[in-house]
Amino acid sequence: MITLAQLLTLSGILFALAVAGIFLNRKNVILLLMCVELLLLAANFNFIAFSRYLGDINGQVFVFFILTVAAAESAIGLAILVVLFRERRSINVEDLNTLRG
Amino acid sequence: MLIQVLFHLFAAILILAALGVITARNPVYSALALVMCFITSAAIWLLIEAEFLAVVLVLVYVGAVMVLFLFVVMMLDINLAELRQGFTRFAWLGWLTALAVIVEIVGVVWARGALGIDPGHGGTPEPATYSNTLDLGRVLYTHYAYPFELAAMVLLVAIVAAIALTMRRRQGLKYQDIGRQVAVRPADRVRLVKMAPEKRP
Repeated sequence: MITLAQLLTLSGILFALAVAGIFLNRKNVILLLMCVELLLLAANFNFIAFSRYLGDINGQVFVFFILTVAAAESAIGLAILVVLFRERRSINVEDLNTLRG
Repeated sequence: MLIQVLFHLFAAILILAALGVITARNPVYSALALVMCFITSAAIWLLIEAEFLAVVLVLVYVGAVMVLFLFVVMMLDINLAELRQGFTRFAWLGWLTALAVIVEIVGVVWARGALGIDPGHGGTPEPATYSNTLDLGRVLYTHYAYPFELAAMVLLVAIVAAIALTMRRRQGLKYQDIGRQVAVRPADRVRLVKMAPEKRP
Protein backbone atom coordinates (compact mmCIF):
# COMPACT_ATOMS: atom_id res chain seq x y z
CA MET A 1 0.00 0.00 0.00
CA ILE A 2 1.25 3.47 -0.86
CA THR A 3 1.57 5.56 2.27
CA LEU A 4 0.72 9.21 2.70
CA ALA A 5 4.35 10.03 3.52
CA GLN A 6 5.57 8.60 0.21
CA LEU A 7 3.05 10.63 -1.78
CA LEU A 8 3.80 13.84 0.10
CA THR A 9 7.53 13.33 -0.43
CA LEU A 10 7.02 12.76 -4.15
CA SER A 11 4.88 15.87 -4.51
CA GLY A 12 7.41 17.87 -2.49
CA ILE A 13 10.23 16.80 -4.81
CA LEU A 14 8.09 17.66 -7.84
CA PHE A 15 7.25 21.07 -6.40
CA ALA A 16 10.91 21.79 -5.61
CA LEU A 17 12.00 20.80 -9.13
CA ALA A 18 9.38 23.13 -10.62
CA VAL A 19 10.58 26.00 -8.42
CA ALA A 20 14.15 25.31 -9.53
CA GLY A 21 12.91 25.33 -13.12
CA ILE A 22 11.48 28.81 -12.65
CA PHE A 23 14.91 29.98 -11.50
CA LEU A 24 16.71 28.23 -14.35
CA ASN A 25 14.45 29.23 -17.23
CA ARG A 26 13.58 32.71 -16.04
CA LYS A 27 13.91 34.21 -19.55
CA ASN A 28 11.70 31.83 -21.48
CA VAL A 29 7.99 32.47 -20.96
CA ILE A 30 6.95 29.09 -22.41
CA LEU A 31 9.17 27.24 -19.95
CA LEU A 32 7.79 29.37 -17.11
CA LEU A 33 4.26 28.33 -18.06
CA MET A 34 5.34 24.68 -18.13
CA CYS A 35 6.89 25.03 -14.67
CA VAL A 36 3.62 26.51 -13.37
CA GLU A 37 1.85 23.43 -14.74
CA LEU A 38 4.30 21.25 -12.78
CA LEU A 39 3.63 23.25 -9.61
CA LEU A 40 -0.12 22.71 -10.03
CA LEU A 41 0.47 19.00 -10.61
CA ALA A 42 2.39 18.77 -7.34
CA ALA A 43 -0.44 20.55 -5.53
CA ASN A 44 -2.94 18.13 -7.06
CA PHE A 45 -0.85 15.23 -5.76
CA ASN A 46 -1.26 16.55 -2.23
CA PHE A 47 -5.01 16.98 -2.62
CA ILE A 48 -5.47 13.42 -3.88
CA ALA A 49 -3.13 11.96 -1.26
CA PHE A 50 -5.05 13.58 1.59
CA SER A 51 -8.38 12.77 -0.05
CA ARG A 52 -7.42 9.09 -0.04
CA TYR A 53 -5.91 9.23 3.44
CA LEU A 54 -8.95 10.87 5.01
CA GLY A 55 -11.47 8.97 2.87
CA ASP A 56 -13.02 12.25 1.82
CA ILE A 57 -14.03 12.65 -1.85
CA ASN A 58 -14.15 16.46 -1.63
CA GLY A 59 -10.39 16.66 -2.15
CA GLN A 60 -10.77 15.02 -5.54
CA VAL A 61 -13.55 17.46 -6.47
CA PHE A 62 -11.10 20.24 -5.70
CA VAL A 63 -8.51 18.65 -8.01
CA PHE A 64 -11.15 18.60 -10.72
CA PHE A 65 -11.67 22.35 -10.38
CA ILE A 66 -7.93 22.99 -10.28
CA LEU A 67 -7.55 21.08 -13.55
CA THR A 68 -10.30 23.20 -15.10
CA VAL A 69 -8.81 26.50 -14.02
CA ALA A 70 -5.29 25.40 -15.00
CA ALA A 71 -6.48 24.49 -18.50
CA ALA A 72 -8.12 27.91 -18.87
CA GLU A 73 -5.00 29.57 -17.51
CA SER A 74 -2.65 27.87 -19.95
CA ALA A 75 -4.98 28.59 -22.90
CA ILE A 76 -5.09 32.32 -22.12
CA GLY A 77 -1.39 32.38 -21.22
CA LEU A 78 -0.41 30.85 -24.55
CA ALA A 79 -2.75 33.22 -26.41
CA ILE A 80 -1.07 36.20 -24.71
CA LEU A 81 2.29 34.64 -25.59
CA VAL A 82 1.37 34.41 -29.29
CA VAL A 83 0.19 38.05 -29.35
CA LEU A 84 3.36 39.08 -27.55
CA PHE A 85 5.52 37.25 -30.07
CA ARG A 86 3.72 38.97 -32.95
CA GLU A 87 4.38 42.36 -31.41
CA ARG A 88 7.95 41.86 -30.25
CA ARG A 89 9.32 38.91 -32.26
CA SER A 90 10.63 37.63 -28.91
CA ILE A 91 9.41 35.82 -25.81
CA ASN A 92 12.30 36.90 -23.63
CA VAL A 93 11.11 38.19 -20.27
CA GLU A 94 13.80 40.87 -20.34
CA ASP A 95 12.26 42.42 -23.46
CA LEU A 96 9.01 43.10 -21.63
CA ASN A 97 9.94 46.51 -20.29
CA THR A 98 7.34 48.75 -21.90
CA LEU A 99 5.94 49.85 -18.55
CA ARG A 100 9.33 50.86 -17.23
CA GLY A 101 9.38 54.62 -16.59
CA MET B 1 4.27 -5.35 -2.87
CA LEU B 2 3.67 -5.04 -6.60
CA ILE B 3 1.99 -1.68 -5.98
CA GLN B 4 5.08 -0.49 -4.10
CA VAL B 5 7.38 -1.55 -6.96
CA LEU B 6 5.15 0.16 -9.52
CA PHE B 7 4.90 3.29 -7.39
CA HIS B 8 8.68 3.60 -7.09
CA LEU B 9 9.13 2.93 -10.79
CA PHE B 10 6.62 5.60 -11.79
CA ALA B 11 7.93 8.04 -9.19
CA ALA B 12 11.47 7.63 -10.55
CA ILE B 13 10.26 8.22 -14.12
CA LEU B 14 8.24 11.23 -12.94
CA ILE B 15 11.20 12.87 -11.23
CA LEU B 16 13.52 12.20 -14.18
CA ALA B 17 10.94 13.65 -16.57
CA ALA B 18 10.52 16.72 -14.35
CA LEU B 19 14.30 17.17 -14.44
CA GLY B 20 14.09 16.89 -18.21
CA VAL B 21 11.43 19.60 -18.34
CA ILE B 22 13.55 22.13 -16.50
CA THR B 23 16.93 21.35 -18.08
CA ALA B 24 16.18 20.46 -21.70
CA ARG B 25 17.87 22.68 -24.29
CA ASN B 26 14.93 22.68 -26.68
CA PRO B 27 11.40 23.72 -25.57
CA VAL B 28 9.97 20.89 -27.69
CA TYR B 29 11.85 18.35 -25.57
CA SER B 30 10.61 20.16 -22.45
CA ALA B 31 7.01 19.84 -23.64
CA LEU B 32 7.48 16.14 -24.42
CA ALA B 33 9.05 15.55 -20.99
CA LEU B 34 6.06 17.32 -19.44
CA VAL B 35 3.77 14.90 -21.31
CA MET B 36 5.77 12.08 -19.71
CA CYS B 37 5.27 13.72 -16.30
CA PHE B 38 1.51 13.83 -16.77
CA ILE B 39 1.30 10.22 -17.98
CA THR B 40 3.30 8.86 -15.03
CA SER B 41 1.28 11.03 -12.65
CA ALA B 42 -1.90 9.54 -14.09
CA ALA B 43 -0.43 6.07 -13.50
CA ILE B 44 0.32 6.92 -9.87
CA TRP B 45 -3.19 8.34 -9.43
CA LEU B 46 -4.54 5.05 -10.76
CA LEU B 47 -2.45 3.22 -8.13
CA ILE B 48 -4.02 5.31 -5.34
CA GLU B 49 -7.53 4.67 -6.70
CA ALA B 50 -8.30 8.10 -8.13
CA GLU B 51 -9.28 6.59 -11.48
CA PHE B 52 -11.50 9.37 -12.80
CA LEU B 53 -8.93 12.09 -12.25
CA ALA B 54 -6.21 9.93 -13.81
CA VAL B 55 -8.26 9.58 -16.98
CA VAL B 56 -9.15 13.28 -16.96
CA LEU B 57 -5.48 14.16 -16.55
CA VAL B 58 -4.56 12.16 -19.64
CA LEU B 59 -7.50 13.44 -21.69
CA VAL B 60 -7.35 17.11 -20.73
CA TYR B 61 -3.64 17.62 -20.18
CA VAL B 62 -1.92 15.23 -22.55
CA GLY B 63 -4.70 15.44 -25.11
CA ALA B 64 -5.44 19.15 -25.12
CA VAL B 65 -3.17 21.40 -23.07
CA MET B 66 0.14 19.82 -24.06
CA VAL B 67 -0.87 19.70 -27.72
CA LEU B 68 -1.56 23.43 -27.42
CA PHE B 69 1.86 23.92 -25.83
CA LEU B 70 3.59 21.93 -28.58
CA PHE B 71 1.64 23.84 -31.22
CA VAL B 72 2.71 27.21 -29.82
CA VAL B 73 6.32 26.11 -29.31
CA MET B 74 6.57 24.95 -32.89
CA MET B 75 4.68 27.96 -34.30
CA LEU B 76 6.95 30.57 -32.73
CA ASP B 77 10.34 31.08 -34.27
CA ILE B 78 12.34 31.52 -31.10
CA ASN B 79 15.96 32.51 -30.83
CA LEU B 80 17.08 29.79 -28.44
CA ALA B 81 20.65 30.97 -27.98
CA GLU B 82 19.48 34.29 -26.57
CA LEU B 83 17.04 32.62 -24.21
CA ARG B 84 19.65 30.15 -22.99
CA GLN B 85 22.07 32.96 -22.26
CA GLY B 86 22.72 33.24 -18.54
CA PHE B 87 21.15 29.84 -17.92
CA THR B 88 23.68 29.00 -15.22
CA ARG B 89 23.81 32.44 -13.64
CA PHE B 90 21.13 31.81 -11.02
CA ALA B 91 21.21 28.02 -11.32
CA TRP B 92 22.91 27.62 -7.94
CA LEU B 93 20.12 29.65 -6.33
CA GLY B 94 17.49 27.47 -8.02
CA TRP B 95 19.08 24.21 -6.93
CA LEU B 96 19.63 25.59 -3.41
CA THR B 97 15.95 26.56 -3.14
CA ALA B 98 14.88 23.16 -4.45
CA LEU B 99 17.15 21.43 -1.93
CA ALA B 100 15.78 23.54 0.92
CA VAL B 101 12.18 22.80 -0.06
CA ILE B 102 12.87 19.06 -0.34
CA VAL B 103 14.70 18.93 3.01
CA GLU B 104 11.93 20.82 4.76
CA ILE B 105 9.09 18.76 3.32
CA VAL B 106 10.85 15.46 3.91
CA GLY B 107 11.71 16.55 7.45
CA VAL B 108 8.12 17.48 8.24
CA VAL B 109 6.53 14.47 6.59
CA TRP B 110 8.81 11.80 7.96
CA ALA B 111 8.96 13.19 11.52
CA ARG B 112 6.50 10.96 13.36
CA GLY B 113 3.51 12.83 14.72
CA ALA B 114 4.65 16.19 13.37
CA LEU B 115 1.51 16.61 11.29
CA GLY B 116 -0.76 15.50 14.11
CA ILE B 117 -1.60 12.43 12.00
CA ASP B 118 0.18 9.22 11.18
CA PRO B 119 1.43 9.47 7.59
CA GLY B 120 2.79 5.91 7.78
CA HIS B 121 -0.26 4.41 6.10
CA GLY B 122 -2.50 5.40 3.23
CA GLY B 123 -6.27 5.25 3.10
CA THR B 124 -8.22 2.04 3.44
CA PRO B 125 -8.36 0.23 0.09
CA GLU B 126 -11.76 0.38 -1.57
CA PRO B 127 -13.66 -2.82 -2.42
CA ALA B 128 -13.58 -4.11 -5.99
CA THR B 129 -17.13 -2.87 -6.64
CA TYR B 130 -16.21 0.72 -5.74
CA SER B 131 -16.63 3.25 -8.55
CA ASN B 132 -14.57 6.39 -8.17
CA THR B 133 -16.44 8.11 -11.01
CA LEU B 134 -19.82 7.37 -9.43
CA ASP B 135 -18.65 8.64 -6.07
CA LEU B 136 -17.20 11.83 -7.57
CA GLY B 137 -20.21 12.48 -9.79
CA ARG B 138 -22.60 12.04 -6.90
CA VAL B 139 -20.91 14.90 -5.03
CA LEU B 140 -20.16 17.00 -8.10
CA TYR B 141 -23.71 17.16 -9.40
CA THR B 142 -25.39 17.74 -6.04
CA HIS B 143 -23.27 19.55 -3.54
CA TYR B 144 -20.95 21.19 -6.05
CA ALA B 145 -23.48 21.83 -8.84
CA TYR B 146 -23.13 25.59 -8.67
CA PRO B 147 -19.28 25.63 -8.69
CA PHE B 148 -19.43 23.08 -11.50
CA GLU B 149 -21.43 25.50 -13.66
CA LEU B 150 -19.09 28.32 -12.70
CA ALA B 151 -16.19 26.16 -13.93
CA ALA B 152 -17.99 25.79 -17.24
CA MET B 153 -18.33 29.57 -17.43
CA VAL B 154 -14.60 29.96 -16.69
CA LEU B 155 -13.83 27.64 -19.60
CA LEU B 156 -16.19 29.55 -21.89
CA VAL B 157 -14.60 32.87 -20.98
CA ALA B 158 -11.18 31.33 -21.57
CA ILE B 159 -12.20 30.15 -25.03
CA VAL B 160 -13.61 33.57 -25.94
CA ALA B 161 -10.55 35.36 -24.56
CA ALA B 162 -8.08 33.08 -26.35
CA ILE B 163 -9.86 33.48 -29.69
CA ALA B 164 -10.30 37.23 -29.26
CA LEU B 165 -6.63 37.66 -28.40
CA THR B 166 -5.17 35.65 -31.25
CA MET B 167 -7.61 36.50 -34.06
CA ARG B 168 -6.34 39.10 -36.48
CA ARG B 169 -7.81 40.59 -39.62
CA ARG B 170 -5.25 40.78 -42.34
CA GLN B 171 -5.41 43.71 -44.73
CA GLY B 172 -5.99 43.08 -48.41
CA LEU B 173 -7.80 39.78 -48.09
CA LYS B 174 -10.94 39.39 -50.21
CA TYR B 175 -13.87 38.10 -48.19
CA GLN B 176 -17.28 37.04 -49.50
CA ASP B 177 -20.23 38.93 -48.03
CA ILE B 178 -22.80 36.16 -48.07
CA GLY B 179 -25.69 38.46 -47.08
CA ARG B 180 -25.13 40.77 -50.00
CA GLN B 181 -24.67 37.81 -52.34
CA VAL B 182 -28.05 36.41 -51.35
CA ALA B 183 -29.84 39.77 -51.39
CA VAL B 184 -28.76 40.66 -54.89
CA ARG B 185 -31.43 40.95 -57.65
CA PRO B 186 -30.99 40.33 -61.37
CA ALA B 187 -31.67 43.99 -62.09
CA ASP B 188 -28.52 44.94 -60.13
CA ARG B 189 -26.25 42.73 -62.19
CA VAL B 190 -27.63 42.46 -65.74
CA ARG B 191 -28.59 45.41 -67.92
CA LEU B 192 -30.59 44.62 -71.05
CA VAL B 193 -29.90 47.06 -73.84
CA LYS B 194 -32.17 47.60 -76.83
CA MET B 195 -30.24 48.32 -80.01
CA ALA B 196 -30.77 48.08 -83.70
CA PRO B 197 -29.17 45.15 -85.51
CA GLU B 198 -25.91 45.95 -87.18
CA LYS B 199 -25.80 45.89 -90.95
CA ARG B 200 -23.40 43.52 -92.68
CA PRO B 201 -20.77 45.69 -94.30
